[in-house]
Amino acid sequence: MGERILELRGVSKFFPGIRALERVDFDLETGEIHALVGENGAGKSTLIKIITGVHQPDEGEIFWRGQKVTIPNPTVASRYQIAAVYQQPASFPHLSITENIFLGHPFLRPFSRRLDWKRMHDRARELLKSLGSDLDPITPVGTLSTAQKQIVEIAKALSINAQILIMDEPTAALTKREAEELYRIMRELKSQGTAIIFISHRFEDIYEVADRVTVLRDGKKVGTWMVKDISERDLVRAMVGREITQLFPKAWVTPGRELLRVEGLSKTGYFSNVSFTLHAGEILGVSGLVGSGRTEVAHALFGIAPADRGKIFVEGKEVTIRSPLDAIACGIGYLPEDRLQQGLFLPMSINDNITIAILDSLTRRGWLQPEREYEVSSKMLELLKIKAPSIFSLVSSLSGGNQQKVVVAKLLAARLRILILDEPTHGIDVGAKAAIHQIMSDLAQEGFGIIMISSEMPEILGMSDRILVMCEGRVSGILTREEATQEKIMEMAVNVNWAKLQKKEKVGVDYA
Amino acid sequence: MELESLRVQRAKSLSFRWEWLLLVLILGAFFVNVRLSPYFWNYRSFMDALSVFLEAGFMVFSMVMILVAGDIDISVASIAALSSVLMALSHKAGLPMGLAMLVALGVGVACGYFNGFLISRVPNLSAIIVTLAGFSLYRGIAYVLLGDRAVSGFPSWYSYLAWGYIGNTGIPFMLAAFFACALVYGLVLHRTAFGRKVFAIGTNRTAALFSGVPVARIRQILFTLNGLMAGVTAIFLTSKLGSSRPNVATGYELEVIAIAVLGGASPSGGKGSIFGACLAFILMRLLRYGMGLRNIPGQVMMVAIGVVLIGVVMIPNLVMSRKKRTVVS
Repeated sequence: MGERILELRGVSKFFPGIRALERVDFDLETGEIHALVGENGAGKSTLIKIITGVHQPDEGEIFWRGQKVTIPNPTVASRYQIAAVYQQPASFPHLSITENIFLGHPFLRPFSRRLDWKRMHDRARELLKSLGSDLDPITPVGTLSTAQKQIVEIAKALSINAQILIMDEPTAALTKREAEELYRIMRELKSQGTAIIFISHRFEDIYEVADRVTVLRDGKKVGTWMVKDISERDLVRAMVGREITQLFPKAWVTPGRELLRVEGLSKTGYFSNVSFTLHAGEILGVSGLVGSGRTEVAHALFGIAPADRGKIFVEGKEVTIRSPLDAIACGIGYLPEDRLQQGLFLPMSINDNITIAILDSLTRRGWLQPEREYEVSSKMLELLKIKAPSIFSLVSSLSGGNQQKVVVAKLLAARLRILILDEPTHGIDVGAKAAIHQIMSDLAQEGFGIIMISSEMPEILGMSDRILVMCEGRVSGILTREEATQEKIMEMAVNVNWAKLQKKEKVGVDYA
Repeated sequence: MELESLRVQRAKSLSFRWEWLLLVLILGAFFVNVRLSPYFWNYRSFMDALSVFLEAGFMVFSMVMILVAGDIDISVASIAALSSVLMALSHKAGLPMGLAMLVALGVGVACGYFNGFLISRVPNLSAIIVTLAGFSLYRGIAYVLLGDRAVSGFPSWYSYLAWGYIGNTGIPFMLAAFFACALVYGLVLHRTAFGRKVFAIGTNRTAALFSGVPVARIRQILFTLNGLMAGVTAIFLTSKLGSSRPNVATGYELEVIAIAVLGGASPSGGKGSIFGACLAFILMRLLRYGMGLRNIPGQVMMVAIGVVLIGVVMIPNLVMSRKKRTVVS
């Protein structure tokens, strides 16, 4: 391998309440493909954003070809020949390939200073050809497939002579065949001396193309290995192998009657053949990587984006759910993943937020009954220990944890028996997190059925009675609390399946 | 006892209200006018001055609701024109005036329903696009039907709607109808579950959907209501003019939106008040009436109204940034 082109020493990044990165060292050599792996929220994206100048590190130093540099913004990053290709390329869909490639650095005619379209088109065609693509550079980018868009992004990177290419989950949206093609391009670039940082959740990708792999966990670096020296099992362990330090108070509750049964739920392009049951007093954890279809299943059950096929039974009776109103009528509630966009009315009061879903039951012939509303929301304020001056405080003035409690209060006020909680403790501080866990535990004890989608392994292991693991839109298995270990869940989530891997190798031969 | 303290807290949380500002401006405009013109304070002419343009005022209420829900409707004046023309034609064709008035309301409801249907049920069709199309479509139909002609010949009692007074109180019938309407809309928007949901939709449409608010149905209802009020405007306007033409109510949509915004409604949704809209309407009338008495030409009046609109709408920004600065320092 070649010379050291980029080095990060002791880099830290803090966001309010979160340590996104803590004293991370990272280095990259010319002509290598360096995989960066870790669970959701491990700090991969933050690290990338520091390298591309989107974020500034709070501590630590960056060296580029041995010299200390700062990268205050993406423009400077491109001056250091750093370019990034994302999973869903953020291109300009109505502009042509040429325009997308040369947007920031057009070719001009020497004297008139007008755009030199001919040279740009020629150069674009040349770049695309070097990537094995014969796309016409005047094609609007919006008409291309994801794989083709990525090739355009790579061409754009090459057009600034990128020596450091960052690829953030490039294969996630690609078919196997397209991924093979991408591997070929990556190897080609590598042989020309380009250094590639490669983020992926797919182990196949890593073992296929990467030379070294660095594992991040909870914002810290676990280690860097040569890919050929580390087994998949060890890699999984490195990704999840933390001590469970927080205590999760889910008490054992003998499961009661069946509240919810889902049979063969499918939605083309998102998930297929999802089946499970949920009993009263039970917390069903749902694990899986981002993009595994977890949230889409929740949205189907809540009627936001109904499923195409499959049956849903509530307390033994089959129901059709076409809208959130239907779901609420069936007793299903949903705590959205993105509480600011989907859960809260920030400029409205706590009271108005809590009662919005049950207004009709609090009114007399349609007229608001403020006293009855205040009674409900005051009770919720007390029950959930929401820290606020009064029920008339605006939700925008609350902390993240208390805002989340307001969304939970809205759900609880509606007296729904089946609660789907999507990342219920995401981005809130430890104290509020423990409080939310306590509430969930109490609810289970009272006979509610809870489906908890979570990316946090300790939360999944600590809170769930059973754990449903999803991978690429399918249920890869359901584990009981006793069976579940971090390694098992991770294996199911990334679908390490030797039989499948070997079969794929055979197919690979066919391609060749 | 506890509830009483809750009420006090609520009152406190609403202490800065837009309506106070409008009231102050109205009083200011009133006193300036009284000082400048000896003719300003005359009960009868004052009442009449308030009634100018009042026919468009009916659309302000439903427009406030639409703005609160985060939408906009620029087709209302065109709907009013079409309603007026169809009402006049159906009366000319022999329909009794009472039924012809129902035709006007029906046409308004139908156009509003059509707008609402497209906006709320067809994905990615925004209110501004649909009602921009409606703006041209509905008036276009009116022109196709009537060309450059005018239709008149209404029964004499019909003119009472726009020109009559209630008994000998000197209160114009239309003004009374306006305030009755204001009361109904005020109660619906500020005192019912429906109204609260309208605010929720305008504040965060996604969260409203996730909270089980029937977003599509409510937006559908709001646009239909706006069409209905355009029909009401058509009835009063035609009564006032004594005839109907396809070009009646031209430009009313902008004036209606301007009054709604001056009354505290935010085009980005989640804010607005019916009471505020009433005050804004009165303020606009006072300014125009006062300037008219001073013989200020119409063109200059337009400039002045524009300046007032920008100035008043900017006041809360100034107040807010002032507040923020004092908190920081």
